[in-house]
Amino acid sequence: MLSQDEVKHIALLARVGVRDEEVEKYQKDLSAVLDFFRELEELDTENVALIDHSAEATNVARTDMMANDTKVTKEALLSNVPETRNGFVKVKSVF
Amino acid sequence: MIRELHQKLVTGETTATALAEEYLRRIEENDGSIGAYLTVMREDALSNARLVDEQLKRGETIDILAGIPGALKDNICVAGVRATAGSKILDNYIAPYDATVVEKLRALRGTILGKTNMDEFAMGSSTESSAYQKTKNPFDGERVPGGSSGGSAAAVAALEAVWALGSDTGGSIRQPAAFCGLVGLKPTYGRVSRYGLMAMASSLDQIGPFGTSVEDVAIVFSRIAGHDTMDATTAEGGFGKRFEEYLTGDIRGVKIGVPKEYFSENLDSQVRDFANEALKRFQELGAEVVEISLPHSRYALPVYYILMPAEVSSNLARFDGIKYGLRINDDKDSLSQTNSLLETYLDTRRIGFGNEVKRRIMLGTYALSAGYYDAYYRKAQKVRALIRKDFEEAFEKVDVIFSPTTPGPAFRFGEKSEDPLEMYLSDIYTVTANLAGIPAISFPIGTMKEGSASLPLGGQLQGKWFDEETLLRVADAYERKTASAG
Repeated sequence: MLSQDEVKHIALLARVGVRDEEVEKYQKDLSAVLDFFRELEELDTENVALIDHSAEATNVARTDMMANDTKVTKEALLSNVPETRNGFVKVKSVF
Repeated sequence: MIRELHQKLVTGETTATALAEEYLRRIEENDGSIGAYLTVMREDALSNARLVDEQLKRGETIDILAGIPGALKDNICVAGVRATAGSKILDNYIAPYDATVVEKLRALRGTILGKTNMDEFAMGSSTESSAYQKTKNPFDGERVPGGSSGGSAAAVAALEAVWALGSDTGGSIRQPAAFCGLVGLKPTYGRVSRYGLMAMASSLDQIGPFGTSVEDVAIVFSRIAGHDTMDATTAEGGFGKRFEEYLTGDIRGVKIGVPKEYFSENLDSQVRDFANEALKRFQELGAEVVEISLPHSRYALPVYYILMPAEVSSNLARFDGIKYGLRINDDKDSLSQTNSLLETYLDTRRIGFGNEVKRRIMLGTYALSAGYYDAYYRKAQKVRALIRKDFEEAFEKVDVIFSPTTPGPAFRFGEKSEDPLEMYLSDIYTVTANLAGIPAISFPIGTMKEGSASLPLGGQLQGKWFDEETLLRVADAYERKTASAG
């Protein structure tokens, strides 16, 4: 079972605000799923090679040139930003 | 259905405009009770239809999908159209570009009716986690349409679209197809470009079609598949013939594997009977049924529910209130009260995301965090390799693998939404295909009586990597045989 402090720590790492009254619910839900993962412990995977992907693809790189992609305009992107100033994205101070 | 409608367009029996109007009318009249659509693209659909009609008037050849009305899951971007992915955090988001699949559909002038409801960011198996509305199963209004592509499935089943696109990360096309009596295809990983699909779990996600017949699904699939420079995981090379041209009805000699692990004593006896009936029908068609083993399939769900949330936690980090969507700046109930950037993050994500999304982000964060990475993520990746190997070995003996798509028919609203683990178990037959990257199709194999309701059941065929043609051919042969048997 995860502790309440662990739940709060994970929530902070995940940048998800969690209210005190929600902590217990998350504690219960997350612990149930983590218990379910236990089943994997019985498998010996010592000598199994890792795969990261189901596709047998290799890395693809573009040429190092500026993309002249006019399909996506700066205006269309900026119009989705909640707050802008002079064409910049506005945010609160970091500290 | 697509072929018939195309014939009517070509012979002048109807027009693309009349077709678009008819489907828009159905949406207007029926969707209030179904709830399949989040956004209806009325003007877009009608102006596309007019272009098709002009082409026809000029005597030009049109594609078989031109002017045929379809729908898109709301996590697929259409330039200038709202795309919420079922989340409040994207309530006011207007997609700045077309997804590659949309570009392809636009190029051949398929009519797009609108965007469909879904579980929030495709996380769920019932469409109940949508922040906007419930979507009802057209077969029984008290039941879910499945999920996460529940809106797309309900739209086609309620005849509010001829075809639809969904996305499938652990069964999100196949399970709603099964619940709504449709055909749904999850293509091989890398077959269809994911550019413009909002990422959930990038190593598992694939876009695929819904339709009322295998041929319709093959037609749409042929037109969205292919390599794309905007998605580095798409496979190089073409695929020769259009997939609908492989549907010969002949499956003599095809070897159909039946994994003994999928037919354990836990399987519902009615579902088992339907599955056995389907196998009998395959044999009558000249296919050979072979028992096989997928020894690691019992680990598929825990592996999936480690890897998927891990990828989710990383992909959804972008929804932070800065670049797009909701921003909560000065919440009076804020927990941190620091008036800093961190507060924007915490409050925006607390208020903007629903419970299931937050649960998965936190699970994934935990699985990737220092000290737990080896025990969870690394371990799960290794078991994923074993699951993939099971399939490699099975496909040395058989051409396709058959199972039910789901453990049972559509369930009731609220039946599983209180218990996340219970909901996860409904993905038991579908997640393996995503983990292995193989293609899989769901198609109707019967109708089950539950009280006064008649509920469709789906059968699933899983195939070899990039061998969708065999899946489609086998499912189509079954469909023809069923149609002729009445």
